[in-house]
Amino acid sequence: MRNSSRTLSYFQNFLFIAPALAIFAVFYVFPFFYIFKLSLFEWNGISPTMIFVGLENFKELMGDGVWWGAMGHAAYITLIALVFQNALAFALALACDREIRLKNFYRVIFFIPPILSEVVVGFIWRWVLNPQQQGGEYIGLLNYFLSKIGLVHLANNWLSNPETALTCIAVVHSWKGFGWGFVMLLAGLQTIDKELYEAAKVDGAGYWRTFLNVTVPLMIPVILVVIILTILGSMQVFVLIMSMVGQGLEFEAEVPVTRILEAMMSTKRYGYACSMGVTFGFILILVSLAFKKLLDRAKQA
Amino acid sequence: MLKHQVLEHQVPVHMKNEGILRKAFLFILCLAAISACAQRRAASNTVTVWHWMTDRHDAFQELARRYEAQTGIKIKIDLFAPSDSYKQKIIASAQANILPDIFGVLETKKVFADFIKYGYVADLTDEFQKNNAEWQNRIFEKALSASRYDEKNAYGVRPGMYSVPLDVTTIQMLYNKRLLQVAGYEKPPETFAEFIEAGRALRRVGIAGMVSGWGELWMPECFALNYAFNILGEEKIMATYRGEVPYTDPDWIRVFGIFKTLVDNDMLVEGIITKPNKEAEQDFALERAAFAFNGSWSVNVYREMNPDLPYGVMLPPAIQQEMPLKIWGGAGSSFVVNGRSANKEKAVAFLKWLTDQPQQEYLAQETRNLPSNRNALAAIPEALEAFAAGMDHATHPTAWELNEQPLVTEELTRGIQSIILGKKTPEQVAGEVQAVKIREMAKEAKRKEFQRLGSQRISQ
Repeated sequence: MRNSSRTLSYFQNFLFIAPALAIFAVFYVFPFFYIFKLSLFEWNGISPTMIFVGLENFKELMGDGVWWGAMGHAAYITLIALVFQNALAFALALACDREIRLKNFYRVIFFIPPILSEVVVGFIWRWVLNPQQQGGEYIGLLNYFLSKIGLVHLANNWLSNPETALTCIAVVHSWKGFGWGFVMLLAGLQTIDKELYEAAKVDGAGYWRTFLNVTVPLMIPVILVVIILTILGSMQVFVLIMSMVGQGLEFEAEVPVTRILEAMMSTKRYGYACSMGVTFGFILILVSLAFKKLLDRAKQA
Repeated sequence: MLKHQVLEHQVPVHMKNEGILRKAFLFILCLAAISACAQRRAASNTVTVWHWMTDRHDAFQELARRYEAQTGIKIKIDLFAPSDSYKQKIIASAQANILPDIFGVLETKKVFADFIKYGYVADLTDEFQKNNAEWQNRIFEKALSASRYDEKNAYGVRPGMYSVPLDVTTIQMLYNKRLLQVAGYEKPPETFAEFIEAGRALRRVGIAGMVSGWGELWMPECFALNYAFNILGEEKIMATYRGEVPYTDPDWIRVFGIFKTLVDNDMLVEGIITKPNKEAEQDFALERAAFAFNGSWSVNVYREMNPDLPYGVMLPPAIQQEMPLKIWGGAGSSFVVNGRSANKEKAVAFLKWLTDQPQQEYLAQETRNLPSNRNALAAIPEALEAFAAGMDHATHPTAWELNEQPLVTEELTRGIQSIILGKKTPEQVAGEVQAVKIREMAKEAKRKEFQRLGSQRISQ
């Protein structure tokens, strides 16, 4: 009797998570395996017949210099985002965690870039970085500003120069994304018991010592979550690239997602695009797992 | 558990029934939604049209209203923009077999051929040829070439006509009369050498030369192929596509060299390499460049941005006279009838009506596009006449015997970008494009082998 009621209870509990499980299976698990299946075929996306090519697509991908170059570009954007975006987010979160005037106003202001459409942000920055001149004056805000403060020699063709384009995109991506990190880090800072700061003050610790010995250790779990989300978001950057440099710059501004889109939409190689997707997903999972492990260790410490 | 049982007994019966009813209702709703997605549309009095043309949506809605008033048949016009999203929607809908009665295929002739082969597109040959080919004769021949697959087509499609052109388009060179006058030119340049000289004269007075949306890969490809026709001629281009002439041929290097000449003479606006065409149109409309390489659709754009823009239209200046320079043109936007639609006859009847003179005149006046119906040309705005004159020089990849492999085309256009960036020479680009061509031809052979093995496996 007790066993059957326990089974019934177990079944009832399972029913509660069944809808979520079903949605997860239909929209995540099934597509993942289906994409893996497609990656073993040569298919143009239209034809009802597909040619089985085994691991040929993966073999080709391993030797595809443009693909690995695109991975490198995404890693470069991620690196800048990790340093610039998160440092900015942490600094501003620290500032807003203190008793300063208008702190709620700043919180709202800092969260505006993340809620703007990426396409809109891309086009606004295209205008800011426009290298053209009309009637002897620069059209783009940045070059115009540089010319007005006597630094005209620094005026540049920012987005059409492979040496600066990717950095510009990374900076704009960081500017657009720092608000998320700011909100999470601020929430983390507010969970730290204020008595710890008072105790440190009583012990004679200055601001930096308190920051290094109290704030940072207690913030490590939040910082690691922010880092993981930054990596996942930055590696998948796409809309900003399309709106800021389009398909220009030879292969200098390609990232994995633009290559996948190119393979699907332009060269009509769905199987190859799927092999890119599977490989890219696998790399992201590995990175996430590595950081998860780091997070667990940090929590234990 | 006891607590659960007590709670269960405490729930009033009518509330329990309500819960069951709610669940049943949700279940039925889900079933209805799934079946609506899955089932094929039955014949009805409504013809559904999917399109991507934001600038023509209002005009289509008005024409649909008029058609319903005349015939009683409802035309449902659905807009899905931008065109990239539309392309994805069409492919996904073809895979799910939920294409509408009428739609457009914005793909290469090879992919369009796949749509036909697998029954997504109806053969309209008989309809075009009814009543002494009345429908066929009212449409520009060049516009129909994209619709036609001939006896010897390389795609294995049954010969016939498969799409209905709504309008025609040509891509040419536009020039700003006022800016040219500032540089001392009363008339536009006629040869490529004069064009380059005009660019230098413009730069001397602080005016940028040429603008175009070369941040979109198809535009530099189009420009390059215009000159490929002028330098190599059609037969040699097709021989290259067949793998008989290498891209390292001196004539191809000359084609790539045109871009180096443009860069070396400071002919291109700053940032052209990443410029979307919309922004390039804005630059020309705001008189930031004296020349623009753009299509006939831009007449409408310039009219809206700067109605007083003093511009003219010319063919891109030829580099030599031995062979004609060809421009891209022909069918602008086309519709096809779903080969699996239950409303096929009604869809065809609507398309015939849509390409009839009064409707074509209305579309030309409202949307400033060149009509596909030759009899409606009298109604076109003045600015479009020069574009219409270019139809004699028009050609398009969809009308060619065969197209280049997509990865080779990608390498070619990216190579052009690297010449503009100053990273590579025309010779280097030619070598790299040829290397990809050889690799793709080897892959094609391998693909055929896989196909043969696959079919053997099935037969076993």
